[in-house]
Amino acid sequence: MTLIDLANPTRFLALTARVLPWLAAATVLLLAIGLYQAALAPDDYQQGATVKIMFIHVPNAWLSMFVWGVMSIASLGTLVWRHPLADVAAKAAAPIGAAFTFLALLTGSLWGRPMWGTYWEWDARLTSVLILFLMYLGLMALWRAVDDPSRAARAAAVLTLVGALNLPIIKFSVDWWNTLHQPASVMRMGGSALDKSFLIPLLVMAIAFTLLFVTLHLAAMRNEILRRRVRSLQMMQASRVAFSSEIGPGARGQNASNEVGAA
Amino acid sequence: MTALAALIRRDVRIALRVGGGALIGVLFFLTVVVLMPFAVGPDLALLSRLGPAILWLGALLASLLTLDRLFMADHEDGSLDLITMSRTPLELACAAKALAHWLAAGLPLIVATPVLGLLLNLDMVATGAVALTLLAGTPALTFTGMIGAALAVTLHRGGLLMAVLVLPLSIPVLIFGVAASQAVIVGPMTFGAPFSILCALSLVSLVIGPFAAAASLRHGLD
Repeated sequence: MTLIDLANPTRFLALTARVLPWLAAATVLLLAIGLYQAALAPDDYQQGATVKIMFIHVPNAWLSMFVWGVMSIASLGTLVWRHPLADVAAKAAAPIGAAFTFLALLTGSLWGRPMWGTYWEWDARLTSVLILFLMYLGLMALWRAVDDPSRAARAAAVLTLVGALNLPIIKFSVDWWNTLHQPASVMRMGGSALDKSFLIPLLVMAIAFTLLFVTLHLAAMRNEILRRRVRSLQMMQASRVAFSSEIGPGARGQNASNEVGAA
Repeated sequence: MTALAALIRRDVRIALRVGGGALIGVLFFLTVVVLMPFAVGPDLALLSRLGPAILWLGALLASLLTLDRLFMADHEDGSLDLITMSRTPLELACAAKALAHWLAAGLPLIVATPVLGLLLNLDMVATGAVALTLLAGTPALTFTGMIGAALAVTLHRGGLLMAVLVLPLSIPVLIFGVAASQAVIVGPMTFGAPFSILCALSLVSLVIGPFAAAASLRHGLD
C-alpha cells in the first residue's frame, strides 16, 4: 500500500472507513489515560496547580505547527506530484490547524495570566504564533474565495509553502530573542529538563492529540471527497436541466415555424 | 538581460504615465499620515514618539494599495501571457516587474518621508533613520506582496483577499523596521541589530518572492 494506491478516492474512502473507528478508539483511550495521569501529576513547587494547563497547552502548540507541516507536504504533493488527494488533505487540515492554534493561544493566555501577570504580551513566540493563526485564517479565506477547487488548490499550495517559512521562526524564536516565553525544555540537547512525573503525561497527551488530529483529518478528508462528489453531481444535473430547457424553446420555435409554414 | 531592462523600463514608464497609478500611493501615504493627528490629537510630543510607527504603517498600506496593479493590468491586456511564454525565465521576469514596481511606487514613498516627518515633528536624525529603514524594508514589502498579487491575478480576485494574504507576511518587516527607527530615536537597543535583520528579510524575500510568484502564475494562468 503506497501513496499512489491511495490516489483513487474510492479506495481511500474504503480504507479510511475501516481504519477510522480504531483510530477514534485509540484516541479516546489515550486521551483518557493522559488526562488521568495529568490530573494525578504533582503540583509544581512554584506554579502550583496551574502547571496542569501545560498538558493541554503544549500538545496544542505542537500540533499548530505540525498541521502546517502536514499542509506543506500536501502542497508539495499538489504542485510537484499532482497527487489527486493532496489538495483534499491540505484543504481539510486548514480549519483543524486553525482550531489547534487558537486553543494554544487561548490556553497560553489563561496560563500567562497567573504566571506572568498578563493575558497577552508582544513576545516573539506569542507574536509569531498569532501570525500563524492569521495565516491559517487567510488560507481558509483563499479556499472559500474561489469556486473551482483545483484552481484554489494550486494557489493555496503556493501560499502554504511560503507560510512554512514561519515555522522555523516560531520554533527558534525563544532561543533567538530572549523574551518572556521559556525556551524549549522537552526536546533539547542533553535530555529533557522536565521531571518524569510531568514528562510522561505530557508525552501521552502529545501522542493522544496527534492521534486526534489524524482522526479528525481523515474524517474531514472523507467529508471533502463526498462534498466534491455531491458538487459534481449537482453540476451535472444543472447542466442537464440547462440542456433540456435549451431544447425546449428550440422545439417550440420549430413548431412555430411549422405553423407559419402551414398557414 | 536587454529583455529584462526593456521590461523594467516599460513598467516604470507605464506606471508613471496617466492612468498608471504609481503616484496615487504617495498621495494615499500623505493622507494616512495627515489623518493620524486627527485621531490621536495634535500633541507634538506624542506625534514625534509615534512618528516612525505612523510612517511605517502608512508606507505599508500605501505599498499594499498599489500592489494589485503589478500583474492585473498586464493580465487584462494579454501581455502577461506573452511574458509567461517568452524565453526569459518567468522568475527573472517577475523579479524585474517587482523591481520596476518598487522604483515607480516604493521609491516615491521614501522621497516623501522627509516632508511627512516634518508634519510629525520628527527631527533630522529620526527622519533620516525612518527613510533609511524604509529604503531597506520596502523592497521586502514589494517582493512578498508580489506573491499575493500573483495569487490574486490567477484567482481573478483582488482587493481584500490580497490584503488578508499579504499583511501577515509583512508583519516581521514592520516589526524590525519600526524597531530600528525607534532604536535611533529613543534607544536603548542598537540600530545595527534590527537594521541587519531588516536587510536580511529584504534579501530573503528577494529570493523567495519571484519563485513563489512565478510558480503561482505558471500553475494558475490558463
